Amino acid sequence: MDRRTVFNGRLLPVVLLLPQLLLTLFFFYWPAAEAVWSSLTTQDAFGQDWVFVGLDNFQDLFDDPLYLDSAVRTVFFCLSVSVLAMCIALALAVFADRQIAGRGVYRTLLIWPYAIAPAMSAVLFLFVLNPRVGLLGRWLNRHGVAWDYTLNGSQAMLMVMSASAWKQVSYNFIFFLAGLQSIPRAVIEAARMDGAKGWRRFRTITFPLLSPTTFFLLVVNVVYAAFDTFGTIYALTQGGPGKDTETLVIKVFRDGVINQDIGSSSAQSVVLMLGVILITAIQFRFMGKRTLS
Amino acid sequence: MRRPLDRPDYFAHIILILGVMLFAFPVWLVFAGSTQDPDAIMRGDLSLIPDLTNLSVYTRVLLHGTMGTEPVWHMLLISFGMAVAIATGKIFISVLSAYAVVFFRFPFRQTAFWLIFVTLMLPVEVRIIPTYAVMSGFALINTFTGLWVPLIASATATLLFRQVFTAIPDELLEAARIDGAGPLRFLRDIVLPVSGANIAALFVILFVYGWNQYLWPLLVSTDPSLDTIVIGIVKMIGQETQTDWSAVMATAVLALLPPVAVVVLMQRWFVAGLTEGEK
Repeated sequence: MDRRTVFNGRLLPVVLLLPQLLLTLFFFYWPAAEAVWSSLTTQDAFGQDWVFVGLDNFQDLFDDPLYLDSAVRTVFFCLSVSVLAMCIALALAVFADRQIAGRGVYRTLLIWPYAIAPAMSAVLFLFVLNPRVGLLGRWLNRHGVAWDYTLNGSQAMLMVMSASAWKQVSYNFIFFLAGLQSIPRAVIEAARMDGAKGWRRFRTITFPLLSPTTFFLLVVNVVYAAFDTFGTIYALTQGGPGKDTETLVIKVFRDGVINQDIGSSSAQSVVLMLGVILITAIQFRFMGKRTLS
Repeated sequence: MRRPLDRPDYFAHIILILGVMLFAFPVWLVFAGSTQDPDAIMRGDLSLIPDLTNLSVYTRVLLHGTMGTEPVWHMLLISFGMAVAIATGKIFISVLSAYAVVFFRFPFRQTAFWLIFVTLMLPVEVRIIPTYAVMSGFALINTFTGLWVPLIASATATLLFRQVFTAIPDELLEAARIDGAGPLRFLRDIVLPVSGANIAALFVILFVYGWNQYLWPLLVSTDPSLDTIVIGIVKMIGQETQTDWSAVMATAVLALLPPVAVVVLMQRWFVAGLTEGEK
């Protein structure tokens, strides 16, 4: 895939690369190196000097039941959000792929939510489900359901999960629809001739053929749920009530920015970095060709 | 088992209409609420039928904000500036770096590419604290520059353009060289025009990305005059007790409009760019 013909010159390409490389260096590598460094040090009793402590910060982190709770909660949250957002999107994509009247309009009306910010989905959900201002939230309370996500931890979790999944459906819908459209008609026709109907045809033919899209989306959704939902959760619950909706990213923010515990929050950042590296490695192991072709 | 053509597929319509309503309902609710009396909303008397004679709340929040925030026009301007700067900046530096990697041979070419590529694994969320330290080292805290410059380095955009440029046939480059075109001329006259559709698609994606930022502005700015619309609205809903709800709802509608308009108007390009580029 290398080109046969290229331009000569040594200086020009370096100049062209420089802006990207400098920004990368200053705003990616430097902070990342700083995170690794601070995760291995601690401030002395007088807050004057940095003392090298090896892996102590990590040891403390993994001995901290609150951190482990947050990790388990994050995994649960990520998987729930991904599965929910992908199932709804797949169902909608299957029907939007049929030859029906107004399919173009349906598509536009299902694609526009891509533009909604994670924090905005929190705002919209508040207006629907807040126990005091929200239409549905008030309705639930009037009809004997004690709904208040600001006090009840499980309800808070349900709320941030729904808002996060809701925002991600249109992204998944776009990809599932593109995936469905790339399945050759002949394959579906052949299944039809063999008498495979509706659900059976979907389960045995369509869904297996969609598996590359499904896998790609699973990775993207897990990363989205782990990182991009900061805005949704922070705007709705700030991680509360208590710590009931505190995911790992919310915890880094609370510990680092609000409580100023640099050592611990740096160690948490490094753990998250390793997590992202792991996910990216899995992604490339299975889809490397598609991403780098 | 072919369905007769004259009988509509009712089941598909029902599912799709439910799907459309799932997304349209909250936005409709917020729009209807924005035209109503804030006290009525507080009492729970929210009607789903908007009062179209009562749109003055929009002028009010645009010009004056609500509950001591900046005027909404100002927050929209900051968001718009940030979104455009991020989209343009990312595309600009990524085109340049991808062009250098694809059309030149120089020492450490692969190293440079991998240095950019690895940043895929370092999202803002994993380097919250150290980034703040670096930002204050550059005196970028509470500046507009700080809102966008650090966000424009991009592995994804560089990867995408690398892919697009690699597909440009060698013959084009040979012909250009025979005609005596230098590298910058070739970039301007051939490479940029043939990548037009990709650039447009990427612009939509990045505009939305920039508009929707929340954690970054929250980290690098505490100055209310740099509040983006997303930061502004979250501040508004944070004060739950004495809130002017119709004003907040009007602000929410105004915050949604620009990115939604961009996505809907450029839908065709954007969908193609998203599904071809990010796979």
